[in-house]
Amino acid sequence: MSLQEELQGPPPAKLVVDHVSKWFRQKRQTVHALDDVSLEVAEGEFIVIVGPSGCGKSTLLDIIAGLEKPDKGQVMADNQPVLSPGRHRLVMFQESALFPWLNTFGNVMFGLRLKPGLRNSERREVAKFFLHLVGLEKFMEANVHELSGGMKQRVALARALAPNPRVLLMDEPFAALDAMTREQLYGDIQRIWEKRRKTIIFVTHNVREAACLADRVMVMSPTPGRIREVFEVDLPRPRDFNSIEIAQHAAKLTTVLKGFAEQEVAAVS
Amino acid sequence: MRRSLLALLFFVGLVAIWTAMVRAKIWSPVLLPSPHNVMDYLVSAARDGSLASATVVTLRRLLIGYFIGLAIGLPLGLLTASLTFVEDTIGVLALGLQTLPSVCWVPLALLWFGQTEGAMLFVVIMGTVWSVVIATDTGVRTIPPIFARAARTMGSGPFHRWLHVILPASLPYLISGMKQGWAFAWRSLMAAEIYVTILTGFGLGHLLHYGRELNAMDQVIGIMLVIVVIGLLADKILFSPWERFLHRRWGTGRV
Repeated sequence: MSLQEELQGPPPAKLVVDHVSKWFRQKRQTVHALDDVSLEVAEGEFIVIVGPSGCGKSTLLDIIAGLEKPDKGQVMADNQPVLSPGRHRLVMFQESALFPWLNTFGNVMFGLRLKPGLRNSERREVAKFFLHLVGLEKFMEANVHELSGGMKQRVALARALAPNPRVLLMDEPFAALDAMTREQLYGDIQRIWEKRRKTIIFVTHNVREAACLADRVMVMSPTPGRIREVFEVDLPRPRDFNSIEIAQHAAKLTTVLKGFAEQEVAAVS
Repeated sequence: MRRSLLALLFFVGLVAIWTAMVRAKIWSPVLLPSPHNVMDYLVSAARDGSLASATVVTLRRLLIGYFIGLAIGLPLGLLTASLTFVEDTIGVLALGLQTLPSVCWVPLALLWFGQTEGAMLFVVIMGTVWSVVIATDTGVRTIPPIFARAARTMGSGPFHRWLHVILPASLPYLISGMKQGWAFAWRSLMAAEIYVTILTGFGLGHLLHYGRELNAMDQVIGIMLVIVVIGLLADKILFSPWERFLHRRWGTGRV
């Protein structure tokens, strides 16, 4: 693959989650984490999965990543079953998970070094390109502990984008950031998504975040984790996190989530 | 500059106090020789080559034994941290043997290997291995699991992960374990050298031992100084660069 192709990005992937169920067996009890979850993600689509904590949305993401195995059903990426993690589906975690023994540049290079078919000089070019894309080209030599929370997540984003994955999986990547930084990153992620056209699956409990970023929002309910509703968000991009339209969509999502909570209370009493 | 000046002043002061105590003649000069006498001994021992040859013999035993100990301890520690079977067997063994003062290995080593280099190496290795195993084990267990998960999604296989994630991530623990291993190795070797005459070479411990036999206190204190200086240098040369790297990368230590 030439450097030019490498920097342009691959055709985004089609992803199918096919009747996936998952149980976690613990000593005292078995938790039914996911119940018959199915979804299809089109190429280049931005999907947000939203739900209360404990609804299994992170588990679903782990299964799509290949970090966990489903007990029933399967995940297909480009018509291939997902059996193990792989660099076609990179994950961005809530904590940046940057490696403290490497500097910024070394972290972005980590995944690239594992990618065959590139010369080392090309890998360095690619890493620089993505550090530039997230606006951190001046911090290449910085140590991880010298970066702010937002900068860390930007590096993590560059690290996830650099090996040119087909799918980007994001597990509440902005949850630990302050509001200002977060809003900046909403702009960045939309800009980068526009440019790179990745297929993105983004997990969050923040309804406004969901409405701001998604083409489609999947709403999950807990115990057992199920996808209950799907919303299309067909607002023009780039979207402003503080706009009224986003707030209206977010309000709809909140209503649905509140409904689940009430059902749960009713079921208990 | 100011720091090294203050440090220098401290050590000059120490020698001055020592001299003053000798001058005061509280103890017999046989028991407390002056810094001058000790210096004289060290110069003459350096001239006749006995100091250099003893240092070489001791350092060779120490370094060879220590690096063999590391080569055994590191992989063992990785194994005890990753496989429950090894944890329940070697791990327990390591924990138990680490508490055993390593000089206790000397009688066994002598019976097995005789008064040879083999016995010395064995004692040094036994002093090193267990604390390295324990430190590596602890280091690997304290790594946040998210590092391994992140590496897996980027396509890192088991061997790559050991080499490029688990080892560097546990580096802070490894370095302190290696330091501890070094200290144990150094101690056990000195004890062994003082305790028994090894026919294949006279080390610093022997010089110390003969100093006592001859009532040559200048020799005893002189050799002790040499041992202290070697320990200091080893720390500066072997471990300080690593520790500086750790502090810089991890952002630990002094702010």
